[in-house]
Amino acid sequence: MTKKIEAIIREEKLNDVKEALRNIGIVGMNVIEVKGHGRQGGISLAGRTGTYMVDMLPKLQVNIVLSDHNVERTVKTIIEAAKTGGTGDGIIFIYPVEDVIRISSGERGHDALMYPGDIDSVPRNGKNTVPAK
Amino acid sequence: MEIDTGDTAWILTATALVLMMTPALAFFYGGMVRKKNILSTLNLSVITMGLISIQWVVVGYTLAFGSDIGGIVGGLDYLGLTGVGAVPNADYAPTIPHLAFAAYQMMFAIITPALITGAFVERVRFKGFLVFTLLWATLVYDPVAHWVWGMGGILRSMGALDFAGGAVVHITAGFSALAFARVIGTRKGYGKVSIEPSNIPYTILGAGLLWMGWFGFNGGSALGANGLAVNAVVTTNTAAAASGLVWMFLSWRDNKPSVLGIVTGMVVGLVAITPAAGFVTPMAAIVIGGVAAPISYYAIKFRQKSSLDESLDVWACHGMGGLWGALATGLFATKTVNEAGADGLFYGNPNQFIIQAVSVVIVVIFSMLVTYGLATVINKTIGLRVNHNEEEVGLDISEHGERAYT
Repeated sequence: MTKKIEAIIREEKLNDVKEALRNIGIVGMNVIEVKGHGRQGGISLAGRTGTYMVDMLPKLQVNIVLSDHNVERTVKTIIEAAKTGGTGDGIIFIYPVEDVIRISSGERGHDALMYPGDIDSVPRNGKNTVPAK
Repeated sequence: MEIDTGDTAWILTATALVLMMTPALAFFYGGMVRKKNILSTLNLSVITMGLISIQWVVVGYTLAFGSDIGGIVGGLDYLGLTGVGAVPNADYAPTIPHLAFAAYQMMFAIITPALITGAFVERVRFKGFLVFTLLWATLVYDPVAHWVWGMGGILRSMGALDFAGGAVVHITAGFSALAFARVIGTRKGYGKVSIEPSNIPYTILGAGLLWMGWFGFNGGSALGANGLAVNAVVTTNTAAAASGLVWMFLSWRDNKPSVLGIVTGMVVGLVAITPAAGFVTPMAAIVIGGVAAPISYYAIKFRQKSSLDESLDVWACHGMGGLWGALATGLFATKTVNEAGADGLFYGNPNQFIIQAVSVVIVVIFSMLVTYGLATVINKTIGLRVNHNEEEVGLDISEHGERAYT
C-alpha cells in the first residue's frame, strides 16, 4: 500500500526538514509554495504606520510518496525537524495513493518508488541500509 | 535682459530632474498595490507625462502664466506657446530663455495630477481617469499656479510665499485626492481582506529617485544657478532626512521600524519643505521635516479609522505635508535667506503666517470643490470605476490586456 504525505511547513524550516528526511533515506520529494492560514488566522506586519494584518501567509508544502510501513517514521522525522512549538508550525495530511508510474521506465506501483538507497528499498522490518554520513 | 548660460544649464538640468520624478512616483505608488494592478498604477503616472505635456504646450502654460485676467487666470497670449522662445521673460526668469521657464514649469504640471492617482488605484476606469486628468489640470492646476506664481495672481498679490509648490502642487493634489476618493468609493473587500503592497523594493526605488529629483524641483525653483538654489537643495535634503528619521521612530514605537514607513517619511519631509526651501535656513528645515512626519503619520491613522479608502494616502502625505509646509513658511521664512521673500512669525512678522493660512484655506476649498464636482460628473457620465468583475481580475488585464509578470 502506497501513501502520500503532504506536510505544510514553515518556509524557514525547509532545509532542516530536507536534511532530516535525507538522513532517514528519503530520496524523492517535491515542494510547492502555498499560502494560507490555520487557527492563528494570520500575523501582523509593520506597515507605513504601525501594524497591519496579513491573513494569507507563505508556507511550503512538502510532498512525499512512500510505502505504508515507512509513514510513521517519516511523519515523526518531519515533526521533529519542523516543530518550533509556536502557532503556524503547520500541518500534515496523509492520503492513500492509487498507483505510481515512473515516466522514464513505465514501472508501476512499489517498483516505481524504488531507488537505490531509498527508504522504500528497505524491506518491511528490515534494517536500514542507508550509509550514515 | 541677457541669457546667463550657467542659469540656463541648471534649469535644463533641473527640468530633467523634475521629469524623472513622475516615473519615480510611478514606482513609488506601483510597489504599494497588488501585483494584478501594478502596470495600471505605473501607467496612471506615466501617461500623465504624455497627456499633460500636450495640454501644457497647447493651453496650460498660457492659462497659468499668460497676462493676468482679474487675478484668476492667465490670458491666451501664449496659446500654443506662441511667442515663448529664446528671449527671457523679465517677470518670471530674466536670465534664461522664456521657453526654458515654460518647459521647467511643464514638469510641475505633469507630476501634480500624477500625485492624485494614489487615491484611486486598483479600481479606476482608465477612460474616466484620462478625462478627469485633462480637466483637472485645466480647471484646478493652471488657475492655482496662476494665483500663486503668475504676475497679478490673487495669492501672489496678497504676498503668499510658495517657493516650489507646497500649495500649487501638494495641497491641490492632496485635497483633490480626498474629494476623489469620496466619489469613487472603496476598493472591493477594503477593510475585510488584507490588501498588501506587492513590491516594497519598487517603492523604495521610487522614493530614492524622488529625493534626487526633488533637488531639481526645489533647487531649480531659484530659477538660477546661485546661492538660493544651493540653499533650497540643502534645506530639501535636510528636511527629508529629519522626517525619515522621525517616521522611523514613530513606526518603531508602534511596531518595528518599517522600511515602507521610513521612505514614506522621507517623501513627506520633501513635501513639507517644498514651499519653504528658498525662504528658510537648514536648521529650520530640520524642524519642518521633523514635525511633518508625525502630522502625516497620524493623518494616515486618522484616515484609516474613517471609511475612506484614499488608497495610498495622498491626502495625508501631500495634502497635510504641504499644508504644514505652507504654514511653516509663515513661521520660519527669513529675509536673510531670501531678500525677495519675507520674514515669518518667528522673525517678527506674524502677518506672514496669516497670509499663508488664508492662502492655504483658499486652495484647499477650491481644489476639493472642483475635484468633487468633476469626479461626480465623470462618474455619472463616462464612469469612474471598473465593474466588480474587472476589479477582481485586476486592472492590468481588464483595462490594459497585459500582465506585469509571467
